[in-house]
Amino acid sequence: MDLSYTETQEMLRDTLARFLADTYSFEARQKMLDSAEGRDPGIWKALSSELGLTCAPFAEELGGMGGGATENMIMMEELGKVIAIEPWLQTVVIGGGALRASGGALAEATIPAIISGDALIAFAYAEPQGRYNLADIGTTAKKDGAGYVLSGHKAVVYAAPWATHLLVTARTGGGRREREGVEMFLVEANSPGISRRDYPTVDGFRASEVYFENVSVPAEAMLSGGIDLVEQVVDEATMAVCSEATGIARTMLAQTVEYTGQRKQFGQPIGKFQSLQHRMADMLVEAEQIASMALMGTLKLDAPAAERKAAVSMCKAKVSRSLKFVGQSAIQTHGGIGITMELGIGHYFKRSTMIENQFGGADHHFERYEALTLPA
Amino acid sequence: MDIEFSPEDLAFREEVRTFIAENYPAQLRGKQDEGEELGKEDFLAWHRVLHKKGWVAPAWPVEYGGTGWSITQRYIWSEETARADCIRLLPFGLTMVGPVIYTFGTPEQKAHFLPRILSGEDWWCQGYSEPGSGSDLASLRTRAVRDGDHYVVNGQKTWTTLAQHADWGFFLVRTDPDAKQQEGISFLLIDMKSPGITVRPIITLGGEHEVNEVFLEDVRVPVANRVFEENKGWTCAKFLLAHERVGIAGVATSKRSIERIKAIAQTEMEGDRALLANPFFKRKVAELEVDLAALEYTELRTLAGMAAGKGPGPESSVLKIKGSEIQQRLTELVLEMAGHYGAPYFRGFGEGDNEHPIGPAWANRAAPTYYNTRKTTIYGGSNEIQRNVIAKMVLGL
Repeated sequence: MDLSYTETQEMLRDTLARFLADTYSFEARQKMLDSAEGRDPGIWKALSSELGLTCAPFAEELGGMGGGATENMIMMEELGKVIAIEPWLQTVVIGGGALRASGGALAEATIPAIISGDALIAFAYAEPQGRYNLADIGTTAKKDGAGYVLSGHKAVVYAAPWATHLLVTARTGGGRREREGVEMFLVEANSPGISRRDYPTVDGFRASEVYFENVSVPAEAMLSGGIDLVEQVVDEATMAVCSEATGIARTMLAQTVEYTGQRKQFGQPIGKFQSLQHRMADMLVEAEQIASMALMGTLKLDAPAAERKAAVSMCKAKVSRSLKFVGQSAIQTHGGIGITMELGIGHYFKRSTMIENQFGGADHHFERYEALTLPA
Repeated sequence: MDIEFSPEDLAFREEVRTFIAENYPAQLRGKQDEGEELGKEDFLAWHRVLHKKGWVAPAWPVEYGGTGWSITQRYIWSEETARADCIRLLPFGLTMVGPVIYTFGTPEQKAHFLPRILSGEDWWCQGYSEPGSGSDLASLRTRAVRDGDHYVVNGQKTWTTLAQHADWGFFLVRTDPDAKQQEGISFLLIDMKSPGITVRPIITLGGEHEVNEVFLEDVRVPVANRVFEENKGWTCAKFLLAHERVGIAGVATSKRSIERIKAIAQTEMEGDRALLANPFFKRKVAELEVDLAALEYTELRTLAGMAAGKGPGPESSVLKIKGSEIQQRLTELVLEMAGHYGAPYFRGFGEGDNEHPIGPAWANRAAPTYYNTRKTTIYGGSNEIQRNVIAKMVLGL
């Protein structure tokens, strides 16, 4: 057992942190959100082709640095600190993770494009009726000659308006909610038959409802691994947002502490009042537990499936609850200014609130944990 | 980063398991199984076995008798001793005054006291709290007045755990009544057999005689028994409290408690289903497991930091707050599990009494333990004080 970072990992963190500090001021981020595209494509270019950070979690044979989940944890933590709207989760963690595990020609062709920044991937897995059940899929993939034809409606696909590829879950067989027959396909985003309704999300990203109408894809577009791979990738994604939560929670606490040192009422800084001090102490307790859980779950991602799932659900259940406490306390402590668009804290709160339920909230993960580990 | 045990770690775990299986005192095991109150000899029996093996103080520096174990080995040790239901060694000598003496003591103090702490020859107690000084510890009024080579000590201490067995006590006393509160305090080692010391029992809600009041009347203490400088005792006091908080989390013991709760709740029936099948009960178990995992990894991060030469600093307050809350929730759940049989007041077997106790054996101490465990959020600096510490020392408020 060893919980220390390597020198390379520390360097990665420093490089990203310094870059983000320069590029992601409150004003700069607002400008990105308000632009037509909803982002600054130059930043992704810098992260990938200029700074070479996108290669961190990939094998050396594919042009990567030989890292993995720990590198993604570090990156997501730093991205969380500035509530970056970069598609690292969708492209590197989910798209890259699925391809790495599936392997084969598709991975060999696409991962170098992820590393170079040319491929942006969005994850089209959710459906309007499915809530957090990954097998509740109505989208069909019908065998058609050598390939497949996809039809269906995918809900709230983060980063879809920016994506070059969509990673789609669809059913080649089996009934709704059956595990059997669930597969993943990597589809070019501009394939004929795909239409989108784009919109901004409350936490600053862009997303789409994506409609597939008889979209033809070649057989090679199908990843191998079925529902087991979908679950593995979503577990990896869940830990990535937990790591993002570490960065967000610690930043919300730091901003709250700073604000209570400046804001005066009753003739003194409000940070001198014990009721607020104790609330902020509890915020620290919760924020540190988020960090601990993000670490634990990330290190368990390589464990056998049952152990991995139980660990990830433990983590997300805890992180969702703790994050809610930290976020709501940050807003309460800021008072009125906290519920305006004018200060950073409100924007952190908007993202942290979405993380609580992303890939399932506390109740969903408690249920999954209980089903796996508490018989009777 | 790696969460798995190395082959060396696994071999160490085997060694520890075998050692415990072969050496844990059988008589002590018997008393624990029957839920009997443990006496001085019971506590010392396990202590002596570990001392003989050289494993009684894993956290101490090797030069003073520590084991030199890695963080992982220490983790394995606490896991395995909890798993095997070994009693916890008393902290007063080993984790409280011992580290103060090897950090701040004179060569003579180290040479005299440390080996006796390790061997169990001296039983220590802690003279901190006073009737008027609980959370506001620095307001303490027990006076020590210099008289030649001695201090003459007068005052009263309270909540002194197991002082009825103690050979020595470490006391915070006021040596300068005119200085600012924290600055006039000294740290004295006092022989509990000194004339002028009276120990009076306080019986707590579970019926236990665990804590005492200690009265000091013209007690003469050699100046040589003062640790660190005169009026600088608060430095030792704070150091001790930070060390105390790390171990206070009780992660391994709490994990063992959850295992026991799960086993019982699988056989305890509620109608035609096991108690563990009750979704509300099941959720409470899951919540405890989740919170405990978060505490465990927070402790591991703290220990990894300590191995890298940091702390334990004020962040150990996090461990104290969460650890104590979890301990309390566990006792709540056991009492809830006991149902009707939470009520009978079982005082252990009397002389020659071989009647079977009332209700299931595991429920015998459910209520007394619940009552007793209310202490965890109060002692070691109440959880409210821990929040003050975090606010001031970590957040800089």
